[in-house]
Amino acid sequence: MNAVAWTRVAVIVGFVALIEALCRFGAIKPFTLIAPSAMAVSLVALLQKPDVRADLLFTGVNVAITVAISVAGGFAAGVLLHRFARARRVVSPLLAASYAVPMFVFYPVMIVLFGLGRWSLIAIGVMLGIVGMIVNTIDGLDRVPRVYTKTAAMQRMSPLATTLLVVLPAATPHLVTGVKLAVTYSITGVIAGEFILSVAGLGRAIALAYNNLDNAAMYGLLLVLLIATTAINVAIHAWESRMHRIWGQA
Amino acid sequence: MNLASPSPAALGQPALVASGIAHEFRDRNGRTVRALDGIDVALQRGDFFSVIGPSGCGKSTLMEILAGLVAPTEGRLEFEGVPVAGRVPDGIGVVFQEDASFPWLTVADNVAFGLRRARVAPDEIARRVDYALRFMGLRDFAKHHPAQLSGGMRQRVCIARTLVQQPRLILMDEPFAALDQQTRLVMGDELLRLWRETGATVVLITHSLDEAAMLSDRIGVMSGRPGRFIETLDTGHPRDRDSRILGDPRCAELTAAMWAHLRDSSLHAIEAANA
Repeated sequence: MNAVAWTRVAVIVGFVALIEALCRFGAIKPFTLIAPSAMAVSLVALLQKPDVRADLLFTGVNVAITVAISVAGGFAAGVLLHRFARARRVVSPLLAASYAVPMFVFYPVMIVLFGLGRWSLIAIGVMLGIVGMIVNTIDGLDRVPRVYTKTAAMQRMSPLATTLLVVLPAATPHLVTGVKLAVTYSITGVIAGEFILSVAGLGRAIALAYNNLDNAAMYGLLLVLLIATTAINVAIHAWESRMHRIWGQA
Repeated sequence: MNLASPSPAALGQPALVASGIAHEFRDRNGRTVRALDGIDVALQRGDFFSVIGPSGCGKSTLMEILAGLVAPTEGRLEFEGVPVAGRVPDGIGVVFQEDASFPWLTVADNVAFGLRRARVAPDEIARRVDYALRFMGLRDFAKHHPAQLSGGMRQRVCIARTLVQQPRLILMDEPFAALDQQTRLVMGDELLRLWRETGATVVLITHSLDEAAMLSDRIGVMSGRPGRFIETLDTGHPRDRDSRILGDPRCAELTAAMWAHLRDSSLHAIEAANA
């Protein structure tokens, strides 16, 4: 790690230590926030409970399906829109405007369509996650230097071989960025959906703990969520940085 | 081993014949632009032919036509007696002006790329890649990625990738444009050594009058758009030459002759750009 990364870690550790001290010395009441060490103890206790593990599994499966659909669907749509210029001209302004639309207003519609279960959560997650993948797929394919495809032509490569061995590898850094956005927005969509209305899941468990004024459980579950999302994002960010470094785009 | 392709006995036989080549395209406003007109050129195996002309005269378009990447609007093109009709024939290699090294592959994998596509035996690939890397001074960088190399080294990777396939015709579109003058001269020496070793036919597109005067057997001087050959100069250089020939008065004569043709066209090109 470089100096900047160490400084970042120091800031986080210092902030956690400050919160711990403020909680331990009574400056922050337990009704408002429990000490980080108490959150960790609560987390360990929660992970022993079968119903919490079932909620984690439910959410994990939802996120995995949402990410798979967002990445695969977004990639396919991006390739098609890149290929068909007229369709792209029609859809591009809608894609650009999509992040301005609060997608959660459609959640009741999803419940009507898919019921109060897994698929309405996945649908709202996909609505959020797929756009970044589409946009980055189009962007990545746009940025493949023409000299690469001319080089492939000089090797007398078929269109399929050119796509698989030259175009897609050349677009990889942008595709990885699309995956990162798809994962981030998929998690947000699924957890927030569970939080609003769901029969199971981590988001629902946090909402229940909040409604029952069970701060230990609520902060313990939030810590689970924080650790999981941070770990996933750090891993994807490391992958993305490596791609950009190799491709000379750092 | 070496990177030789044709046998020395093949030198002097017809390699590339272009007759009446013209090319038109539509610009952004839908107007038809005639880029090339009445291009005639006949190259024999082992020739080193340079093409020089003002900016925008269609040199790169001509190279893409000669490579088979673009079909000409008019005219006929043959490589080794076989018509080239908008498809890339076997035996032609191109070094583009832009960096065409693949960033996701190591230097060695870049150089081996075409050989693997051609399903050459792994032992043979290893032999040819090793020779090409040594030849281009890249052996210590075999496991590096292009992003770790300078622009000149990346261009050498592209040249090596072309050479290992042992093309009988090598087309080069300003391959040294990104290099400083000293490196250009050194790379020019390397190119001449390579040309002598392989016996390949070389077509070099260049902006540099010195480069054309130093490297070529013949120089085709193109007019402004639509590009056509307005003069073909025989350099009369011996086959065994290097960059020291720049000190020869003949090089100064050739440079003066090229400039006499290009000066007006270049002024027109600048005026057109400012209009």
